[in-house]
Amino acid sequence: MAGKKQRSAKRVRTVNNTIVHIALAILAVIWVFPIAWVVLTSFRAEKGSYVSTFLPKSYTLANYAKLFTDTTILNFPKMFGNTLFIAICSCVLSTFYVLSVSYCLSRLRFKMRKPYMNMAMVLGLFPGFMSMVAVYFILKALGLSEGGLIRLALILCYSGGAGLGFQIAKGFFDTIPLAIDEAALIDGCTRWQIFWKITLPLSKPVIVYTVLTAFIGPWVDFIFAKVICRANADYYTVAIGLWRMLEKEYIDNWYTCFAAGAVLISIPIAALFLFMQRYYVNGMSGAVKG
Amino acid sequence: MGLFKKKVNDFPTPYTVTAAAREGGMETKLSMLIMGWGNIMHKQAAKGLIYLAVEVLYLVFMITTGFHCIAMLPSLGSVEQQEVWNEALQIYEYTQGDNSVLILLYGVATIMLTLLMVWFWRETVKSAYKAECLDKEGRHVNTFMEDIKTLGHENAHRLLMTPSLVFIFGLTVLPLIFMICMAFTNYSKLDNHLVLFDWVGLDNFKALFDSGSILGSTFWSVLAWTLVWAFFATFTNYIFGMILAIVINRDGTRAKGFWRFCFVLSCAVPSFVSLLIMRTMLQPNGAVNVLLRNLGWIASDSSLPFFTDPTWARVTVIVINIWVGVPYTLLQLTGVLQNIPAELYEAARVDGANAVQIFFKITLPYMLFVTTPYLIATFTGNVNNFNIIYLLSGGDPVVDLASTAGSTDLLVTWLYKLTIDKQYYNIGAVIGILTFIILAVGALLTYRNSKSYKDEEGF
Repeated sequence: MAGKKQRSAKRVRTVNNTIVHIALAILAVIWVFPIAWVVLTSFRAEKGSYVSTFLPKSYTLANYAKLFTDTTILNFPKMFGNTLFIAICSCVLSTFYVLSVSYCLSRLRFKMRKPYMNMAMVLGLFPGFMSMVAVYFILKALGLSEGGLIRLALILCYSGGAGLGFQIAKGFFDTIPLAIDEAALIDGCTRWQIFWKITLPLSKPVIVYTVLTAFIGPWVDFIFAKVICRANADYYTVAIGLWRMLEKEYIDNWYTCFAAGAVLISIPIAALFLFMQRYYVNGMSGAVKG
Repeated sequence: MGLFKKKVNDFPTPYTVTAAAREGGMETKLSMLIMGWGNIMHKQAAKGLIYLAVEVLYLVFMITTGFHCIAMLPSLGSVEQQEVWNEALQIYEYTQGDNSVLILLYGVATIMLTLLMVWFWRETVKSAYKAECLDKEGRHVNTFMEDIKTLGHENAHRLLMTPSLVFIFGLTVLPLIFMICMAFTNYSKLDNHLVLFDWVGLDNFKALFDSGSILGSTFWSVLAWTLVWAFFATFTNYIFGMILAIVINRDGTRAKGFWRFCFVLSCAVPSFVSLLIMRTMLQPNGAVNVLLRNLGWIASDSSLPFFTDPTWARVTVIVINIWVGVPYTLLQLTGVLQNIPAELYEAARVDGANAVQIFFKITLPYMLFVTTPYLIATFTGNVNNFNIIYLLSGGDPVVDLASTAGSTDLLVTWLYKLTIDKQYYNIGAVIGILTFIILAVGALLTYRNSKSYKDEEGF
């Protein structure tokens, strides 16, 4: 009797497991499908944006070659260089801002602390680019809207508000036990030394997370870049370049190149993302225990 | 209501401006006029001289340009650019007219600088009073070098916060105030007010709330769709992500890492890339329609109206948002799920609870408790979700040709269209303010009553 019950319970579990796995497989296919499609398209030999078959008829590497050699209309290598430069600079600046602000808010107690946190929350509620036009006027008034200074303007844009995005790093610092700080204080450390020699070495996950998110920003933003670069094609970033490839006048010639470009910038970002995935989860739910 | 609690001063200090005015000596009172004077008289010459230099710089700036900037604010300029015939050179020359945008920008910047100066003045008076008190009591007065050293310890926050505050004020707060001011002007392409414009008070708000006009009716329909969108986008993601996280996390599921990888792969691709791909796939001749035709599910000359029919378009963007957002939800909720104490489940099982009861009595309440701030953030994020709409449908399809918004336009994408494409800067600013008010009322109430705000130092 007992054995029979056990066996039927086991069968129910097997059936359940099979259903779950089939459902997961179907969902996984739906989620991977568009990515697979764009990878296939990037190797497609037939030109044009819309074709009548789903799978390409023949494969080629010419799309990737064109992306880097045909610089007459859309200069992809230059855009790539621009974006890399902007990303590195704004990444250094914003990491510094985020970490120092989060440390202050997490560890130091001062009068402006709560007001600052409230201000950050209120500012976060405004539509991000509502002030974009005004930012453009300000950068123009500072003389940063022409020539090579556009790069500086973009760096300022991407890193300027970084100090408001302290939540994840602050949450992480909050989980580092206060006792460590207190011990260091008794031993005669200054706050600055604690920050440099104790807190930062203990916070590698969140530093990696901050650096990578700041680095990815310029690669994936195209609204700010579009408003600030306007018609200065020399300073376009990759995102605007890809967007332009889909415009009516270019789409027929550049569609497969768009797919190639999308694959190319997705690979490093995907690698970074998969690498920092655990930090992402940890950063959200608190990390260092004890 | 925790909103209007009486303020408690956590940082009491005897050195305040009122105390300085009441009990300070002659040199302290004098330093209200000549900043730094008190410090110079009390062994802090370097500090005092810096204060004095700041005051002089500010006064020079105000006299040369500042007062003019503020004086121009009420009128916002009235001189039009004019052509003048130059006899000597035999050409037309253009005289420089007023540019209202710049007048407004410089005016707002000057006012912010002045407020900053007032704060700085208070700090110097306090500092002078402190120096006087310490000196008179015969206690040690910090030298300049010692003052700099405090930046590494007692005043570390000043050193660490200042650079980022400067940027935040310059590139976030100043532009925001500037845009808010714009909502009360007639700065728009209408009636050619792009160079010279005036204050119009609340006229723009009235125009937007007047449901009889095209602008007003567009506003109400866009607002309704924005709220519907934000609600569905947030909760479909949350529920679907939670189900997925639980299913992947349950004991019987094999190859957990592999399944998670499949889903996470899609959010590793930059969202603007995957959205552009989606858009091209869902075009009338895009990959999805081609696939359906090849499979014979739809006729070979027909296509599903993903972005051409209003209802289809709305459902499409919500469904695609599930595709984009669920992996993120999955990542975040997996961490939370794994943090639920296992004892709770064991106890429930010992007490004979079944899976459904466990879910509704333990998992769901715990998740809601932990993720309420996250839910609020997602909701506001979705109200302001520019990327997904702009890149996917661009707000299309436009049903009513007279209105400026399409049927999937959110307030933010409409704002973008109005400011960048149509150059109705004033209406754009009004929409920005209204978006903010809607979000602020909801978020402030929920956020300030949530445990994570009240109990910030609880652990």
